[in-house]
Amino acid sequence: MNNQAEYFEDRVVLRLIQFSVVWAIVGMLVGVYVAAEFLWPGLDFGQFWLSYGRIRPLHTNGIIFGFGVSALMATAFYSVQRTSHVTLFMPKLAWICCYGWQVLVLLGGISLLAGWTTSKEYAELEWPFDIAITVLWVSFGVVFFGTIANRKIRPIYVSNWFFGALIIVIAMLHVVNNLEIPVTFGKSYSLYAGAQDAIVQWWYGHNAVGFLLTGGFLGMVYYFLPKHADQPIWSYRLSVISFWAFTYSYIWAGPHHLHYSAIPEWVQSLGMVMSLVLLAPSWATMVNGVMTVSKAWPKLKTDPALKFIVLALAFYGLATFEGPMMAIRSVNVVSHFTDWTIGHVHSGALGWNAMVTYGTFYFMVPRLVGRELYSSQLAHLHFVLALAGTLLYIVSMWAAGVSQGLLWLSVDSLGELGFSFRDIMAGMQPYYALRLIAGLIFLTGTILMGWNLFMTMKGRSPVPCKPMPVAPEWQVAPKNTQDAPAVEATA
Amino acid sequence: MNGVSLHKKLEENAGLLIFGILFVSAIGGLVQVLPSLFQESLQTPGTLTRVYNAVELTGRDIYIREGCHVCHTQQIRPLVAEVERYGPYSRASEFVYDRPFLWGSKRTGPDLHRIGGKYTDLWHELHLLDPRSVVPESIMPAYPWLTTRMATETGNIQRKMKALAMLGHPYSEAEIEAAPARLEGVTEMQALIVYLQMLGTTLSPEDAAMDMSMAEGH
Ligand code: HEC
Ligand code: HEM
Ligand code: HEM
Repeated sequence: MNNQAEYFEDRVVLRLIQFSVVWAIVGMLVGVYVAAEFLWPGLDFGQFWLSYGRIRPLHTNGIIFGFGVSALMATAFYSVQRTSHVTLFMPKLAWICCYGWQVLVLLGGISLLAGWTTSKEYAELEWPFDIAITVLWVSFGVVFFGTIANRKIRPIYVSNWFFGALIIVIAMLHVVNNLEIPVTFGKSYSLYAGAQDAIVQWWYGHNAVGFLLTGGFLGMVYYFLPKHADQPIWSYRLSVISFWAFTYSYIWAGPHHLHYSAIPEWVQSLGMVMSLVLLAPSWATMVNGVMTVSKAWPKLKTDPALKFIVLALAFYGLATFEGPMMAIRSVNVVSHFTDWTIGHVHSGALGWNAMVTYGTFYFMVPRLVGRELYSSQLAHLHFVLALAGTLLYIVSMWAAGVSQGLLWLSVDSLGELGFSFRDIMAGMQPYYALRLIAGLIFLTGTILMGWNLFMTMKGRSPVPCKPMPVAPEWQVAPKNTQDAPAVEATA
Repeated sequence: MNGVSLHKKLEENAGLLIFGILFVSAIGGLVQVLPSLFQESLQTPGTLTRVYNAVELTGRDIYIREGCHVCHTQQIRPLVAEVERYGPYSRASEFVYDRPFLWGSKRTGPDLHRIGGKYTDLWHELHLLDPRSVVPESIMPAYPWLTTRMATETGNIQRKMKALAMLGHPYSEAEIEAAPARLEGVTEMQALIVYLQMLGTTLSPEDAAMDMSMAEGH
């Protein structure tokens, strides 16, 4: 542990960013293709591997695991070194994580096209991949927590609690939900059956959303937002409380995916109540972020990276308000199984996950390579496209979803159904067309970003950067720590 | 010691922080998920519930492989409109041999839990070959390759049944022995249709009888 390198290991960060951008473009391209198959079902050209049932999971896995997790690893590695004032622990292992993960996503994607799937949402990859994920995830944890253990500053900064929760909780969920008996390389049977399998799956599924798509990305916000706004986190106390409330209550909310299903009533009700409780830590976090940036308002006009992060917070607020509403049984009765859910998903996915990631990329890349962003004009254009694409996507899906939900349920006074399924389905075409346009707009923005970042980093490698010295009163004491001074730490 | 000063301890000790996160996040699962894994009513088959035979099991695995579950649910909610549209609402006892469960989360197409017996085999075949030939406005994909592939190629049926037997599905030795022979000459299309035709047909008559009285008006 003593022969730590002198400079931050930033090359692995840059490489992860590059992979993440590639997966963003690929994943969204597949998303657009999936959206197009709603309008032209013949687009699979009779090829099994282009069939909707196989490429939809390719979209979700490619985006979440390729784009999302690569971005999370990049930002976690970038920020943990800086908030710990020390270089990365076991940098070779970090490189193994980086490349191993890309190989995994690539082969995993191919296996989905080949029809290897467990069918459980966001855990579709079959058991050989599950094992590989476990190994790589543990390595990620070793690098991350090893760096924290080596830190030169006593407090562990807030962003690291969230990244830490991401690593620990996802490990737990992944292992438990994927317990299965292998039959062949590409086929296994779940250890759980029927209703019990459903309960375990949505304990996993909801918390993959909670700790990966929410918690991990909150880690990004807690590091990059104060850094960028040049302000300390507005309220340290609020971040402590909301972190633990978040970690505690998310886990209970899974059954809101199973309202009115054959699982016990008490499980559904508990899931509903805890989903409503979740509104509090979610909004507390959003308020904390918005207040942090409130003193840096002028910067918001000129800085595309900050604009993305702040807008992402707004969509985070939207998705975490909509979610608890949809978790109420009488609302869920309409929204369940419809495109409303898809709208909710993408208000989170596009508005929150993608935008906050874009913000961090626009922030990190110029700093990493020591050169101004190639074109900030282009980045502003990207911002407009991203906002327009997201709004169009969610508005069209809300309209589609609410109509489906209400029309499916409508019965006349004699108890006869008002509309046939097929008529309702046929009526959705205009909304699906709008969604396709929205996707194309959003994808265009992402490609512009790819180009912009590529031109920025072209021919450059990361500039060497050393850990900052730590003020004496904050240094890690060799032994028996005295009481920490009650001042807030900013990284 | 108030909450924030307790937190000071956690945030200065990585080991404690890891433990704290693990502990706090595990509570929900332990109180809510774990007990359901031991709940009798969720693992007791209904009077007519049975394991899938070799052909049905193969059909079900094709259903999974092709991703039919990304567009179709198998979960009828106890609501008047749903019972009217799809049939008796789904009971936990019907799913005890479903590994994995296939309830789905999106109804791009209709619910299929009680599709068994609704159409003829021929209708299904035409529909799967080219959905728009029977339902012009359909946006369901076509599955032409299913007719050329044989059910014997879908996977090793004996190993599948043995794996399920290990998990407690009551397959007899003889049944497992005879399985490959049952798949001889069956196409994947036929196996899938056999599965579709048995879906939802094992609801016990007592359950079916009390159906409408339980459904909520919406
Ligand atoms: C893109 C989403 C999609 C996929 C994937 C899909 N379907 Fe469908 N399915 C639909 C739609 C939409 C309908 C309603 C229109 C129709 O009847 O074709 C439908 C209708 C059906 C029906 C008739 C239901 C009824 O009550 O009339 C059956 C049976 C069916 N699908 C079986 C399957 C099977 C088996 C698979 C997998 C091999 C599959 N579907 C894959 C969208 C899909
Ligand atoms: C307080 C926070 C939130 C709550 C209570 C919540 C609640 C819900 C509810 C009730 C559903 C619908 C389930 C159904 O009817 O089938 C849902 C679906 C979903 N939500 Fe959220 N949501 C929240 C935040 C988010 C965020 C921030 C994201 C980020 C992307 C997100 C992603 C998803 C996804 C991916 C699904 C679809 C799952 C599936 O069916 O495959 N949610 N959520
Ligand atoms: C160009 C942008 C995108 C387009 C056009 C697009 C399109 C789609 C489509 C058509 C579906 C299937 C919906 C259905 O079954 O009815 C889908 C599902 C999904 N997408 Fe996207 N998507 C895009 C970006 C993203 C991003 C950035 C994320 C994640 C961060 C994401 C996450 C998901 C998830 C989780 C689902 C499954 C939802 C569910 O099961 O309820 N998508 N997307």
